[in-house]
Amino acid sequence: MANAHAAESASHAHEHVHEHVHEHVHYTTTGLDHKKIAIWAFIGSECMLFISLISTYLIYKGRSVVGPFPHEAWTSPSGQLFAPILNIPVTSASTFVLLMSSLFMVLALEAVEHKGNPAYANNIRGNSKFWLMATAIAGATFLGFQAYEFTSFVHEGLTIRTNLFGSSFFTLTGFHGAHVTVGVLWILTLFAMDYSRGLTKKDTVLVDICALYWHFVDVVWIAIFTLVYLIK
Amino acid sequence: MANTAATQTTAAPHAAYESGLWSWIATVDHKRIGTLYLFTALFFFLFGGLEAFLMRLQLAQPNGHVVSAELYNQLFTMHGTTMVFLAIMPLSAAFFNYLIPLQIGARDVAFPRLNAFSYWVYLLGAIFITVPIFFELAPNGGWFGYAPLTTIQFSGGLNIDFWVMGLQILGISSLAAAFNFITTIINLRAPGMTLMRMPMFTWMSFIVQFLLILAFPAITVALVFLLFDRFFGTNFYTLAAGADPLLWQHLFWIFGHPEVYILILPAFGLVSEILPTFSKKPLFGYHVMVYSGIMIGFLGFGVWAHHMFAVGMGATADAIFAMATMLIAIPTGVKIFNWIATMWAGEVSFTTPMKFAIGLLALFTIGGISGVMHSSAPADTQQTDTYFVVAHFHYVLFGGSIMGIFGGIYFYFPKMFGRYMSESLGNWHFWLNFIGMNLTFFPMHFSGMLGMPRRIYSYDAGQGWEKFNMASTIGTVLLIIATLIFVINFLKSRKGGSVAPNDAWGAGTLEWSIPSPPPDYNFAQIPTVTSRYPLWDLKHPEMTSDISHASPDAATVADAHAAPMHEETGGKTAAELGIPMPFSTLKPLFAALGLVIMFAGLLFMHTDKFALAMTTTIGGAALLIGSLYAWLTSPLE
Repeated sequence: MANAHAAESASHAHEHVHEHVHEHVHYTTTGLDHKKIAIWAFIGSECMLFISLISTYLIYKGRSVVGPFPHEAWTSPSGQLFAPILNIPVTSASTFVLLMSSLFMVLALEAVEHKGNPAYANNIRGNSKFWLMATAIAGATFLGFQAYEFTSFVHEGLTIRTNLFGSSFFTLTGFHGAHVTVGVLWILTLFAMDYSRGLTKKDTVLVDICALYWHFVDVVWIAIFTLVYLIK
Repeated sequence: MANTAATQTTAAPHAAYESGLWSWIATVDHKRIGTLYLFTALFFFLFGGLEAFLMRLQLAQPNGHVVSAELYNQLFTMHGTTMVFLAIMPLSAAFFNYLIPLQIGARDVAFPRLNAFSYWVYLLGAIFITVPIFFELAPNGGWFGYAPLTTIQFSGGLNIDFWVMGLQILGISSLAAAFNFITTIINLRAPGMTLMRMPMFTWMSFIVQFLLILAFPAITVALVFLLFDRFFGTNFYTLAAGADPLLWQHLFWIFGHPEVYILILPAFGLVSEILPTFSKKPLFGYHVMVYSGIMIGFLGFGVWAHHMFAVGMGATADAIFAMATMLIAIPTGVKIFNWIATMWAGEVSFTTPMKFAIGLLALFTIGGISGVMHSSAPADTQQTDTYFVVAHFHYVLFGGSIMGIFGGIYFYFPKMFGRYMSESLGNWHFWLNFIGMNLTFFPMHFSGMLGMPRRIYSYDAGQGWEKFNMASTIGTVLLIIATLIFVINFLKSRKGGSVAPNDAWGAGTLEWSIPSPPPDYNFAQIPTVTSRYPLWDLKHPEMTSDISHASPDAATVADAHAAPMHEETGGKTAAELGIPMPFSTLKPLFAALGLVIMFAGLLFMHTDKFALAMTTTIGGAALLIGSLYAWLTSPLE
């Protein structure tokens, strides 16, 4: 898979050199598409965004004056009892779904890369529409889990205004959820393109940059799941 | 060459949009966008200067009555915000836009429409944050906007809201531009233009783009927290809820210190173009200049807390940040010495750009030395929040960034407009500016040492501050006269200056090989680059004999002669040469408009018009998404 990918980009670079000679357009120094470089720069910037959000969450961990708390039970002055609020089994399930979506995304990219390859024709591995839709559904399922989690927290007495934990938790996971939402819309757009005109090998870079973004959003979730949910 | 059908379809819209207002509003040409940045940023530079002048009038004498305390707060907040975000950064962006593609031998940036988007977001954001001062509603919490001071509890009203939203908008502009320039520099270099052959301005700009993409997210997050606190009642800066009063300061300065290098490195790059040209010698120690620039950028992320020595972080943190700060003086000092060595034994000609470049060397060094004084935590606790600090950062920002940018304007004016600026007016501008600058800011060292605090709107007589304040105010009068001379020179020379050839100053880099002003396609034929000074290789090979010409792709001087880079195009259009050009388009402008309306809508929430707020915000978002969709689904060229 990795080798196939390397060979693919090498052949792309080769094509670009030829295009330059013949018709001026699309010459690039590295042979890579501009979009590929821009998305890496964007991901670098996004890393700093999530590092700032996660750091704030960690700095404020244990500083809330009132409950509910993530990992400890709490009794309010009025005598109301709050259980530890984070539901690790449910979030483990949603994490699993999100990780699976990354696998589907890899398979979607592979399918688009191998458009026109007879070994991929007429079988599930070459069905980019299927894998794109699977990725989008898995992403949307994760968002469903998050909506459920947020609603149940509000019912249990934790809002974004309640305490420092509420503010930093909802902001951090909300930002991540917004990124997942953008990703799902992006993947659905690719699906719509595939459905209406059919993605071809030339569209690989469009799927590739979306996949890089999607994997990045997944990696961020792994960090959040570990630092916010698992570590007490 | 491109097929003729494609050529004709691209040519038709271009012919119609060549001049007039429309051609500027719909442009995606990096040179036009650079020019727009230049004019807009110069306007805001004058505006920010006027704000400073009002403050100096107020402080000229003890117990001044020129402005009220509230207006004074708005003036110092907007002076800092304007100069940093609306003047120096976009002035640098003007040069990024204009020069980077020309210096690396490209026809445009990697994403021309994103480039237009960056400019429009900047312009609309600048208007958004500036207009409130006419209604005495301007931000009043300082350019650093320290929370909890800026939370709703201590700063009600719309003032801080304008600042929070305005900076978010401007941040989006800078980030979009940075992704664009990183891609451009990595991916659009002409054959033979290896990284170590890039002109020093492009190198410094390259480093700045990385600082931008890595530093801006920290302030974005800090502003999001503040926005949520103010609009949705979160507790990030609510001390009663257990919040850390230093959270804002840490996040802000993690952005704020790299921001200092974002402001100065482009000026360093300009000076590194000017000094070799007027010394007729290649830049001394090219590699070390690159590495020291990278080192400055890298260390710039590890020194933020030296802005916070007075808050009581403890001896260990103070010591670590003090030492890291002192380390930064090394790569910076290396640059100063390399510039001096560049001039050493050169045939130096003292043109206006050269005077400004040497002015930067002298004045930035003074600011750098007072910066090293601040790096010592015990000394800094005495100096912090006094005029000594104001003196320091004006020596690096005015003496450094602004001098470098003025030098850059005089140097590149002939390339941009095809005519030279007047040397005699330039001479007046330089000397009045130089004297005025020192008269304004040098006395602040003394008033600061005598204990005069920053950001006070008036002071009592008898503290020994009077004559220093009067001197500073007289200095600003000189600065205003100097700037007026510059403005007159700038405006008159566009039509009336003496005509400049392609190679206006005898410089050695690619941008001087093409006509002045360049045609919209820049290079009729993409040049082959033979060394760091390809033009000197052709015209003055003796000047580049001792720099490296070895290249992995074996581009040699002979290759360059075989394909001369300054090919005469005879005023041919892109269509005649068969060069595909991007279409003019309004979509980036509409996207920018949608973005700004979206943020502006939130303001209504604080005037209890929730429905109006939601309508405006959702309307803005719809315009943004619709424009983006239309933009991304329409072909570039």
